[in-house]
Amino acid sequence: MSSVRTTPLVEEHIKLNAKMVDFAGWLMPVEYQGLRYEHLRTRSHVGLFDVSHMGEIRITGPKSLTSLQWLTTNDVSRLGSGQAQYSLFTNREGGIVDDIIVYCIDPQKDYLVCVNAANVEKDFAWIQTHNQGAEISNESDQWGQIAVQGPNALGLVSRVFSSVVTSLKPFQFKTLPFAHTQVLVARTGYTGEDGVEIFVPQTSTASLWQTLLSQGELFGVTPVGLGARDTLRTEMKYSLYGHEIDDSTHPYEAGLGWVVKPEAKDFLGKKTILEKKSAGLNRRLVGFKAQAKGGIPRTGYSLFSFDNREIGRVTSGTLSPSLNESIGIGYVDTAWSEEGSQFDVEIRGRRLPVNVVKTPFVSIKRS
Amino acid sequence: MSNPSFNVPEENYYTKDHEWAQVDENVVTIGITDYAQDSLGEIVYVELPEEGQKVTQGEPFGVVESVKAVSDLLAPVSGTVIEVNTSVVDQPGVLNDDPFNEGWLMRIEMDTEKELANLMRSPEYKKLTQKK
Repeated sequence: MSSVRTTPLVEEHIKLNAKMVDFAGWLMPVEYQGLRYEHLRTRSHVGLFDVSHMGEIRITGPKSLTSLQWLTTNDVSRLGSGQAQYSLFTNREGGIVDDIIVYCIDPQKDYLVCVNAANVEKDFAWIQTHNQGAEISNESDQWGQIAVQGPNALGLVSRVFSSVVTSLKPFQFKTLPFAHTQVLVARTGYTGEDGVEIFVPQTSTASLWQTLLSQGELFGVTPVGLGARDTLRTEMKYSLYGHEIDDSTHPYEAGLGWVVKPEAKDFLGKKTILEKKSAGLNRRLVGFKAQAKGGIPRTGYSLFSFDNREIGRVTSGTLSPSLNESIGIGYVDTAWSEEGSQFDVEIRGRRLPVNVVKTPFVSIKRS
Repeated sequence: MSNPSFNVPEENYYTKDHEWAQVDENVVTIGITDYAQDSLGEIVYVELPEEGQKVTQGEPFGVVESVKAVSDLLAPVSGTVIEVNTSVVDQPGVLNDDPFNEGWLMRIEMDTEKELANLMRSPEYKKLTQKK
């Protein structure tokens, strides 16, 4: 066992009196003032998230595009400089190796791939194995990453950098100066709110964090831990690797068909993915809500039809801080995946009725 | 990391699983400690037994859930449930705000005083929470 790793912001979290936990081998803040407060504050004002544990893999050279086209499901050739896309690495069986964001720095020459913290080593080895001649390097140790999310995020970021950030469209990014270095500001996020994710060199991460916190006072900023990060993404039904998706889940059943572009190109796993799709999907990822109080549906809990057949499993669940209702995400047999379908979740031996609802669970108004 | 000091009222008995027991002759009032509510975070759901139900020392008698975690409630002593605090079921947040008073969970009629010997008094429990 290697010892627990820390981000460049560990001292900041301790100063802020955060409750720290081990997450995927990283010592991370799970909450500061409290999960519910941080969650609601992100929805109403702006939250600051340390996501420096995420991995960054650089793909460069004349074969970079060819390699990424083969390795990922989305169409990388559509990306111009300063554009990013959500995508997947899939294996030959069509399972999901990781969900990623590909940032195009220079088309056909230079890309940055942001991967899940728990998957950095696996992904890097995967890329090495299936590389089509690109130069690849694991830059995870060189980058810190801070997410700024919420209705006031753009206001805050404009004040710290320049109003040029407001001209970024979703999934666009720009390299901007900060202190004596350059950071990459991308209009992306994992909360459903407007906002940005900022890639910042390790050595400047703490200084950027402090700047965002102090300038953010005016905007009602609060630091947000992994606890609220999880409830925020659950309310949007965004997938979390290891929960909704893993090496054995299929992009279409996970509802991620929109990032699979088989008509545009060939890629690893394409054949199996298309075969499974045309054979018909056995199960679907759905969002459901409890119809009464009775506890929180948690990862791994079973879902039962009223005639007592196990029809699926919960992948994530929480008490939604925005709705104050128990919500869950899970795979169910396709026959039960329609909006309005009713079934039970088994919580500690008792059955709690739930029904499939439209997702995201919470609708976000964006200006 | 900072180590907040937790409230540990002197008069109570404590379990290593962070329940408290206040003994008044053979009636024992039971709840969770300040340390427990702090580590769970905001409590959003509570499941308690029915009056008349038997509980056994060290065995689960109910459940508390925060958004982050589910935690079994373990009975500090064996006995019969004589009163349940239904207001914490309706307002679980009381467990965070006032775990030793308003946040009591249930009263039981204790089977035998002898079991109290398996519990901690406040100085010992205080040490346990400081180690973590």
